[in-house]
Amino acid sequence: MTKTILTVDDSRTMREMLRIALADAGYNVVQAEDGVHGLEVLETVSPDAIITDINMPRMDGFGFIENVRVHETHRALPILVLTTESDDQKKDRARRAGATGWIVKPFNPVKLVDAIRRVTA
Amino acid sequence: MDPMAAIRQTFFQECDEQLAELESGLIRIDEGDRDPETVNAVFRAVHSIKGGASAFGFDDLVEFVHVFETTLDLLRSNRIEATQQVAACFLRASDVLADLVSGAREGSDVNPDKVAPAKAELQSLCEGAGSEGDAASEADFVDLAFEPVAISLDSIFGDFEESEQKPHRYVINFKPRPALYAKGNEALLLLRELGELGALRVTCNTDDTPFLDELDPEGAYFSWTAELETKEDARADIQAVFEFVEFDCDLSIKEEDDPPPGSVIESMEEPAVYEEEPKLPIASNDEQPALAVPEATPQPQPQASAGPRKTEPSSPAPQPTIRVDLERVDRLINLVGELVINQAVLSQRVSEAGLSRASSVMIALDELEQLTRDIQDSVMAIRAQPVKPIFQRMSRVVREVAAITKKSVRLITDGESTEVDKTVVERLTDPLTHMIRNAVDHGIESAEQRIAVGKPEEGTLKLSAMHRSGRVVIEVSDDGAGINRQRVRQIAVSKNLISPDALLTDEEIDNLIFAPGFSTTETASAISGRGVGMDVVKRAVQALGGRISIASRPGLGSTFSLSLPLTLAVLDGMVVTIGDQTFVVPLTAIVETMQPKKESVHLIGSGTRLIRSRDAFIPLVDVGAVLHNRPSLADPTAQVALLAESESGGRCALLVDEIQGQRQVVIKSLEANYGRVFGIAAGTILGDGRVALIIDVDGIINSLRADSDAVESLHAAE
Repeated sequence: MTKTILTVDDSRTMREMLRIALADAGYNVVQAEDGVHGLEVLETVSPDAIITDINMPRMDGFGFIENVRVHETHRALPILVLTTESDDQKKDRARRAGATGWIVKPFNPVKLVDAIRRVTA
Repeated sequence: MDPMAAIRQTFFQECDEQLAELESGLIRIDEGDRDPETVNAVFRAVHSIKGGASAFGFDDLVEFVHVFETTLDLLRSNRIEATQQVAACFLRASDVLADLVSGAREGSDVNPDKVAPAKAELQSLCEGAGSEGDAASEADFVDLAFEPVAISLDSIFGDFEESEQKPHRYVINFKPRPALYAKGNEALLLLRELGELGALRVTCNTDDTPFLDELDPEGAYFSWTAELETKEDARADIQAVFEFVEFDCDLSIKEEDDPPPGSVIESMEEPAVYEEEPKLPIASNDEQPALAVPEATPQPQPQASAGPRKTEPSSPAPQPTIRVDLERVDRLINLVGELVINQAVLSQRVSEAGLSRASSVMIALDELEQLTRDIQDSVMAIRAQPVKPIFQRMSRVVREVAAITKKSVRLITDGESTEVDKTVVERLTDPLTHMIRNAVDHGIESAEQRIAVGKPEEGTLKLSAMHRSGRVVIEVSDDGAGINRQRVRQIAVSKNLISPDALLTDEEIDNLIFAPGFSTTETASAISGRGVGMDVVKRAVQALGGRISIASRPGLGSTFSLSLPLTLAVLDGMVVTIGDQTFVVPLTAIVETMQPKKESVHLIGSGTRLIRSRDAFIPLVDVGAVLHNRPSLADPTAQVALLAESESGGRCALLVDEIQGQRQVVIKSLEANYGRVFGIAAGTILGDGRVALIIDVDGIINSLRADSDAVESLHAAE
């Protein structure tokens, strides 16, 4: 069955790239523009995994992950974080917030799909 | 379109938005805004540009944005203070960033002399923040450029020498902790992925499984031993499989031919190293399962409070918007225009049918008219845009010109949210840029001069926008020296624009700077775009259906006011009859209407007629004759005179046969559909379905002036 991935990113460019990379790999893609929007989308869609940015207005990636994890039905939902190259601190913080893994920006479509595969059944 | 090209376009569009966001945030910081959300927004803007730029491989851009981002991060973490100097440095950096973005867009190089100082300035801010920031940023730059390459080469050679043929055998012990599952990771998936690397044999150790009554459903009790055989060195790949979970499990990866456990290196805490240096002897071993994470399982609960806070709804949520193709909007506007015309047709037909004003049809028609107008306003509002983006661009112009002229100038903006039609906004950029450049270059004095006359060293430029009686008024005012009327006069005389003994009011002298060919500077200064005078500005404003005026006070400064229509699509006009045709005169051009009396009309020279109006003589123009619509009428008293004023302040009285009334008309471009006609600005369709031409008042007045100038210069020559 086609898997659905929710991507949360405030950058249109990044959303487009994610959408194309994921759609090319056969995933169904839903998108949100920030954490608050992401939570709204989650009320209507049950994705198989989430990819989220960190720096976003209204609710950043950390806040978003925490809020998703609190939610009973999304407790074990894989959440990947998009991070920039030298962001060990951010990786660590994201991990503590409950992120499943991370994708390094700029992402390579193959690695992106690898990372998704690694966390989705 | 190729999807990458489309994203590229999106990226640059987004860059423009981010740059605007960046600049407005920095200006707020410069003005003393210390809200962390402002700093965050600024950081995010730069960060987003970096994300996209690195995806598209714009290396120059990435390199600069990276330094910028690093420095902004220091501001964000309060390691540098947001002083005005810092803000100014960031603003300069944002200008350079904008140049780099357009360089990337156009595929052209940006002058390194511009980039390097801005970068150095940012780096010195980092250094000022203490060794930590400095080291971090320096290290980052070096990493970015060279190191990964060097190291990976070594490792490749190493591979070939040692391990060409012989298979590698790994024993991987993997014991997840509950946190691994709590974050949505799944042991099965990891093992499955290991299986993709080579031949895999997995045994599950269930020894720790408690009895059912002791079993914590959220616990983790199984551990696995996986034996993996691969053709090539797969250590890095194995590390990569466990990359996400290394802190949430006990993991050991042992190669069967590995050196003895003595050489174990504590390496689990630096996962980034693996990617670059896969040949490091990083074996952990079975005896030290807990080595990886000495600080034990992270506990999400308490850290959550110290960690990210849910963003307070401090800034109001942005209004949801949709992006619409401009063509669709234009089509809608056109249709609404037709609706307006059609409504007028209907109105006229009904009134021709002789129904009383109180009849139900008439009442319904009135309602329809109101509704039509509302629809029209709403549709026009779709194209309306705030002037904010241009205002922001102007702040950059001010910084640039101030830097070139070595003046200190502060720009204050007001009414940024004032909305105008998109086309008006777009076409306003050039005239405004000229005016701002002029104001900084010529208007505001040098610091020494300012101090000498007791003014603050820093000049102030004010840019404001407001709605005033259905038009938008944009003002550029400076607190400089004002227009030097004596000098303007001298120049005008030397360029034969006026005769040496002409009597001119102050206002008329000020207006001379709009004359074609007029320039107050003898030599073009270093400011780009010089040599283009205010006459170009005036023409651009007039082309928009706008007016420009000056108010200048010596020693106190000058104010340039632009009055512009909110939209280019409709116009309030006076419908008049000339001969057997109907024309429309733009209401904005009409000062008053009058019935010419015999005694107030004077004939001078070879048939030029003047009309006396409040102690002034104004040329009387028979529009019908000018437009060759009918022969000139001998008796002006049988006609009506519309006292009209051009955008440049020139006046004339337009003689027409009859006034029908005032009406809003939808402008249909004549040039686009037919061609340019002297004396006619555009066309429209009236209620009876006939085409009416809109009179170009400025064109007529200017031609009049050209004639009289020619006569004057003829006299002068004699």
